[in-house]
Amino acid sequence: MGQTLAEKIISEHVNRKVTAGETVLTPVDLCLLQDGTAPLAIRQISKLGLEKVFNPKRVVFFIDHASPSPRKELSNDHAFIREFAKKTGAQLSDIGGGISHQVINEFYVNPGDILIGADSHTCTGGALCAFATGMGSSDVAIGMALGKTWFRIPETYRIVVKGEFPFGVYAKDLILYLIGIIGADGATYKALEFCGDTIEKMPMHDRLTLSNMAVESGAKVGLIAADKTTRKFLQKMGRGNKYREIRPDSDAVYERVIEIDVSKLEPQISFPHTVDNTKPLSQANGTRIQQVFLGTCTNGRLEDLEIFYNIIKGKKRNPQTRVIITPASRTIYMQAAERGYLTEFVRFGAEVLMPGCGPCVGVHGGIPSDGENILSTMNRNFKGRMGNPESFIYLASPAVCAATALKGEVADPREFLPRAKHTKRSPARKSATSKSKAKSKGSKTKKIKKRKR
Amino acid sequence: MLLKGKVWKFGDDISTDLIAPGRFYHLRSQLNEFAKHVMEDADPSFASKVQPGDFIVGGKNFGLGSSREHAPLIIKMAGVSAVMAKSFARIFYRNAINVGLPVLICDTDQLEAGEELEVDLEKGLIRNLNKGITLDFKPLPKVMINILEDGGLVAHIEKHKDFKLD
Repeated sequence: MGQTLAEKIISEHVNRKVTAGETVLTPVDLCLLQDGTAPLAIRQISKLGLEKVFNPKRVVFFIDHASPSPRKELSNDHAFIREFAKKTGAQLSDIGGGISHQVINEFYVNPGDILIGADSHTCTGGALCAFATGMGSSDVAIGMALGKTWFRIPETYRIVVKGEFPFGVYAKDLILYLIGIIGADGATYKALEFCGDTIEKMPMHDRLTLSNMAVESGAKVGLIAADKTTRKFLQKMGRGNKYREIRPDSDAVYERVIEIDVSKLEPQISFPHTVDNTKPLSQANGTRIQQVFLGTCTNGRLEDLEIFYNIIKGKKRNPQTRVIITPASRTIYMQAAERGYLTEFVRFGAEVLMPGCGPCVGVHGGIPSDGENILSTMNRNFKGRMGNPESFIYLASPAVCAATALKGEVADPREFLPRAKHTKRSPARKSATSKSKAKSKGSKTKKIKKRKR
Repeated sequence: MLLKGKVWKFGDDISTDLIAPGRFYHLRSQLNEFAKHVMEDADPSFASKVQPGDFIVGGKNFGLGSSREHAPLIIKMAGVSAVMAKSFARIFYRNAINVGLPVLICDTDQLEAGEELEVDLEKGLIRNLNKGITLDFKPLPKVMINILEDGGLVAHIEKHKDFKLD
């Protein structure tokens, strides 16, 4: 019997062939902790006198959630983390370095790795074909001290994506749409495996967006086969030697298969207060938005900033709508500066914050007031997520955010996108249908097959 | 172990943002203070009224969202003896066991706010003392029973020096 990606990666680690449903003790390759979860993790292993890390090069602490610190309590947490990292020799990505899930994929994650992270969006690493999953402080604390953890091998949902993205429709629309189909708990404890023509052609920044949001369907991991795109990304980041091809077996057993044809997809939006409350964008058209937020581990990459830039360049921001932008990492921040995006954002009247999680976790950097509507590229819109339970968060692509910043209300990016430039950069989109044609068919694209194990 | 207390009823999709709001992020190293705000955005009166031994009862997908272990930890610190739901989000479920908070999957439609319950963890039974009915709950995987019985993951590792899977 063949193996899924999840079964394959864990089998390699435990030196025997495992199948879904088994419970295993497995070595881990990489551990991630951030400033919200690391202090508790450090205190947990201190209780055991286990103040050590299994491999200082493969345990990485990130100060990204409250970065830079807005309060003395958090400053003290940061100092505590810095001290532990220094004592153990573990890696530290301090303020300004960026969001853990971006930085760890830029510099640490390799195909076939098992990455455990004390942050739910650790699953972003699945885009590089790492079995990357979020856990709590205690689990990651023990994992970083002993270099191992226990897992139940998850069953897998195979997500087969076909077709070319229409003009103005992106990976973010696809993942919002998919979570709308699966539901916020529809894949609890399962692995998602993204495949199909669309995924094979998809660049790494979009793959990261898909894997990042796997957890929003309850999934444990969101895996994508390691292929030439993975190799290209690793080469670009200076670790091409870490590449190896990893694909699921053709006779692997899947619990469920979901097929999506993106060629008929229209821009999507998730309404408050759950991520699976996804609707076609047209249903939100005209909703007043007081704050737009572009960034996060979902959509704070250079390509996301580029889409936003191309739409707002030389235009006037709607004065009723505030705009906050956080590039996801230092690398991206510098590239965006070199390309002139940041200058243009500032001219536009946006507030560009340092790389980090910022407003997404409700700690600082743009907490909404009572009754306000926020449109964001974030991955979550739970009540209170941005620090005020009396506000309303909508989720969409960077393009929808840009169009909305111009109009002051939820707007369709296809009205504003520079078509020629877009076509040039993404040849796959040159056959884009007309606006009216692309608009009406989104709801008919779902085709779900169930298979018995 | 026999647990006894009354029901605090909540709906579906109680996220970790509702349980342990991000605006109290700075209290993560002062958990006694953080516990005073537990469940605040789902029910502002909960923290001040909950009694030792009481149960939190949710619908489906309880604990969805972030990996913050502080969520089950401050529920436990508030005196709650167990959380019951139709289903739990994966990370919350594992975190709860790791901090020694029992999480029980059962048909919570049978439980109403204020009802008195008696829970027998060994036998897997929930007795509704008001209605005179008994519910059973889905048994935990063996590794989780071991961790819970040891009092959480840290105590488990202290005792066995490793994970004990069976």
